[in-house]
Amino acid sequence: MSGKPKLHYFNGRGRMESIRWLLAAAGVEFEECFLETKDDLTKLQKDGSLLFQQVPMVEIDGMKMVQSRAISNYIAAKYNLYGKDLKERALIDMYVEAVIDLNELLMTHTFQPADKKEQHFATIVDKATNRYFPVYEKVLKDHGQDFLVGNRLSRADVQLLETLLMAEECKPDILVKFPLLQSFKARISNIPTIKKFLQPGSQRKPPLQEKDVPKLMKIFH
Amino acid sequence: MSGKPRLTYCNGRGRMEPVRWLLAAAGVEFEEIFLETREQYEKLIKDGVLMFQQVPLVEIDGMKMVQTRAILSYIAGKYNLYGKDLKERALIDMYVEGITDLMQMILMFPFSPPEAKEKNLDSIKERATNRYFPVFEKVLKQHGQDFLVGNKFSWADVQLIEAILAVEEKIPAVLSGFPQLQAFKIRMSNMPTIKKFLQPGSPRKPPPDESYRETVLKIFRK
Repeated sequence: MSGKPKLHYFNGRGRMESIRWLLAAAGVEFEECFLETKDDLTKLQKDGSLLFQQVPMVEIDGMKMVQSRAISNYIAAKYNLYGKDLKERALIDMYVEAVIDLNELLMTHTFQPADKKEQHFATIVDKATNRYFPVYEKVLKDHGQDFLVGNRLSRADVQLLETLLMAEECKPDILVKFPLLQSFKARISNIPTIKKFLQPGSQRKPPLQEKDVPKLMKIFH
Repeated sequence: MSGKPRLTYCNGRGRMEPVRWLLAAAGVEFEEIFLETREQYEKLIKDGVLMFQQVPLVEIDGMKMVQTRAILSYIAGKYNLYGKDLKERALIDMYVEGITDLMQMILMFPFSPPEAKEKNLDSIKERATNRYFPVFEKVLKQHGQDFLVGNKFSWADVQLIEAILAVEEKIPAVLSGFPQLQAFKIRMSNMPTIKKFLQPGSPRKPPPDESYRETVLKIFRK
């Protein structure tokens, strides 16, 4: 058994992807165990491995951690991606929580019934371009620094980049009115650990395809 | 202007109630501004006070904090309710997040359509008794300590007592299979700051009623 963290989830983004991003950004190698069938999930539940019978679950430092925020918080703090004090943490948390809200919208798009998809797409674009992106554009403009908080790479930067890329997958020109976010995207993408994660063959997962939805439903429902 | 934290939200539990609980448990006095009209809310947005155009808003230590979890983490960190190290934090986070999932069901309950209410109540009961409460019953039984983590009062204890009381309001006998949780409930309720919060006249808000539901829909209609 290696000392590497071990991730238990299905072979897709979902609620594990932000954790993959954080570990990768921190330069931490990890292993993955993919749930393919409902039996795989049931087995983990019966083992007592899942505190609330749910995945994501990450085996790390002798713990079987569940709850994606708890896992991300732990990794961010352990690898110094959580600011230098309580106030920086507070800023990082505010930025990250909003990014998570936008991620939820993006993630649920594939699951929308056909008659709701267009409306949902409009909501995504509206919230991204009117509620969320302007905030980060302004933050970067106001302090003129490379990173969102404390002039230093933090989980806020990693999670914002993840979301910017997902938003672009949804609508390729979504950043057209946000020049600072465009340069932020380029800059953070070039950080060596992140650049590596963005290359083919990394553990980054592709977007969920509609054809994969039934298989997912079988595991979790 | 006092140095006290200032909370802006509707006059009801909603997403602000865990913040009220945590501040109260930490013995911190706070002020509240209640949103009653859509105009008030729109003014806050126009003034640029709400980072993502949403409440809860908590003005604390010179910051205008938004996003409930960010607010709660800050308060927990500031008032030593977040464990002594990373691993205790991890446990507290896991417990709090699990409880928050249960509380989310209660939060959304008033806004579910009448025909779904019975089913939703059954779901709350099922989740509480099969998924969440057994975990904390076991944690307390295994270490035999008074508090969930690190033998010391933490955010996790506050979140759990809030959840227990909220579920009991809907399902009075819900703790009948959980002796450790029953004792925990009494123990927490008797802690001086929490005891004070549980008394009439405290900032604790009553369960959501029709008037609260209407106010929320009126102010936050899309």
